[in-house]
Amino acid sequence: MIRLEGVTKRFPNGQEALKGLTLSVDDGEMVFVTGHSGAGKSTLLRLIALIERPTSGQVIVDGQNTRQVSRRKIPAYRRQIGMVFQDHKLLYDRPVFDNVALPLIIAGVGHRDAARKVRAALDQVGLLTKERQFPETLSSGEQQRVGIARAIVSRPKLLIADEPTGNLDPDLSLEVMRIFRRFNEVGVTLLIASHDIALIDQLGCRRIALEDGTLQQQEDEDPVAEYVERFEAEKEREQWL
Amino acid sequence: MALRQTSEALAPVRASSPLKIWALRHVSTCIGALGRLAKQPFANFMTILVIAVTLAVPAAMHLMIKNAQSISGKLENALDFSVYLVADTTIDEAKNLANIIGQRADVESVVFVSAEEALAQFKEHSGFGAALDHLQGNPLPHTLVVRPSGANTAQSMTLLNEELSSLPETDLVQVDTEWVQRFLAILDMLQRAILMGGILLGVAIVVVIGNTIRLDIQNRREEIEVTKLIGATNAFVRRPFLYTGLWYGLGGGLLALGLVAYGLYALDEPITRLAGLYNSSFRALALDLRESLTIVGVGVLLGLTGSWIAAARHMRRIEPR
Repeated sequence: MIRLEGVTKRFPNGQEALKGLTLSVDDGEMVFVTGHSGAGKSTLLRLIALIERPTSGQVIVDGQNTRQVSRRKIPAYRRQIGMVFQDHKLLYDRPVFDNVALPLIIAGVGHRDAARKVRAALDQVGLLTKERQFPETLSSGEQQRVGIARAIVSRPKLLIADEPTGNLDPDLSLEVMRIFRRFNEVGVTLLIASHDIALIDQLGCRRIALEDGTLQQQEDEDPVAEYVERFEAEKEREQWL
Repeated sequence: MALRQTSEALAPVRASSPLKIWALRHVSTCIGALGRLAKQPFANFMTILVIAVTLAVPAAMHLMIKNAQSISGKLENALDFSVYLVADTTIDEAKNLANIIGQRADVESVVFVSAEEALAQFKEHSGFGAALDHLQGNPLPHTLVVRPSGANTAQSMTLLNEELSSLPETDLVQVDTEWVQRFLAILDMLQRAILMGGILLGVAIVVVIGNTIRLDIQNRREEIEVTKLIGATNAFVRRPFLYTGLWYGLGGGLLALGLVAYGLYALDEPITRLAGLYNSSFRALALDLRESLTIVGVGVLLGLTGSWIAAARHMRRIEPR
């Protein structure tokens, strides 16, 4: 689904966010990208969403080389990808229903069809009863779920999320991750940037660890610390499940 | 349960017929833009008022010229003909002819001016008195001053002119249209000046609307970024702003018509009184349908132009960060 080959991203100020990064995510995988802030997680997601373009290297998404997506074709490209943001990026002047319906309106889906899709998406995130409310009246966790409903309403094959649980407490974070898990179970590929390692290990998904713009070397990790971390996570997981 | 719902929601998104969607999308954006304007009635009314006044000024001046032209057209029909008779016409023949012409339905009165009277008048008014004394004989012919009746139209005036010219006794028929022609030339010039002024005012409207839309775009920057982020095209993001410009122009055009109509209503009574003093039944002309439609159409066009320029200039720069 996603393949990066020797991707380097250098910003105009000379800072290199990614240095020759090569990785791949298979269809139907749920993968986490971890790393400290500044490790290049966000840049990776921004390259996939075509908010940025790589300085060198190839980014291939669903068989499509992003280099060949012209400026004019970016909107159509983005409509194939669901995106979830740490700060939700909702439109606060309109109710939940309209926020979730926005991708469908952009794609030109008929009214009745759109209403059905929106309700299905809201049902997925457990907000069916709140479709008439405005985002401000919702809690942060609920707002994030509105953001997720919007990302999945047009049924993308790929969903990318940048720190989706960054502002949420552990309970809400787990709830959000469970929602993601359910999408993954029906075949959606997910790439999630997060620094919440304990939570990720609970879910037992593959982890791509970035450090300083490149893949973290396995041997750099402290085996003991990793073992302890795993053990703790396993214990916690048993608690949850 | 949850899984079943998930797969139902996963069914591919089907789009309805493209034309229907296109039309529906435009209608909803159009109404949406109006709704957004209604949320800030005072500020938006001010913008519309500025446009209306800017449109009403050239419209009112055009109306003034149109009325002046209609008055001068009527004056042209009230001009006297000077019929110069051939040199060997006798006074009796001339008086007889004056009687015949005076009986025509399209003629109000005929005044006979003999060659002697004409010479005397000429000596008095021309300042060539002394020089004219040296003339042998009178070079001036007898003249009939024919005043057409008020009921004449431009066509019947032309006909009368032709018939008077074709009389065997007639040497030359002259109509004193010079001042009317000068007046009409002045009106023509003024009309062009209004057109040029109107173009400048039109540019002002484009700037006003463009600036208002620019502020609107800046206020909605975040919304534009988010919609672009989830795959909106430039055209999609631009559309509500174009409709906002259209509403401004339409509102301004309609209000301009209202302002002009009110001005005419306010002037109607004094105009009737003034016309009454001249024994005239003159009534000021209002804007006709075509002119009204032109004003509204120009308003809409300028609104769209202003918003288009603003949107094209500022929309491209707003990209998700």
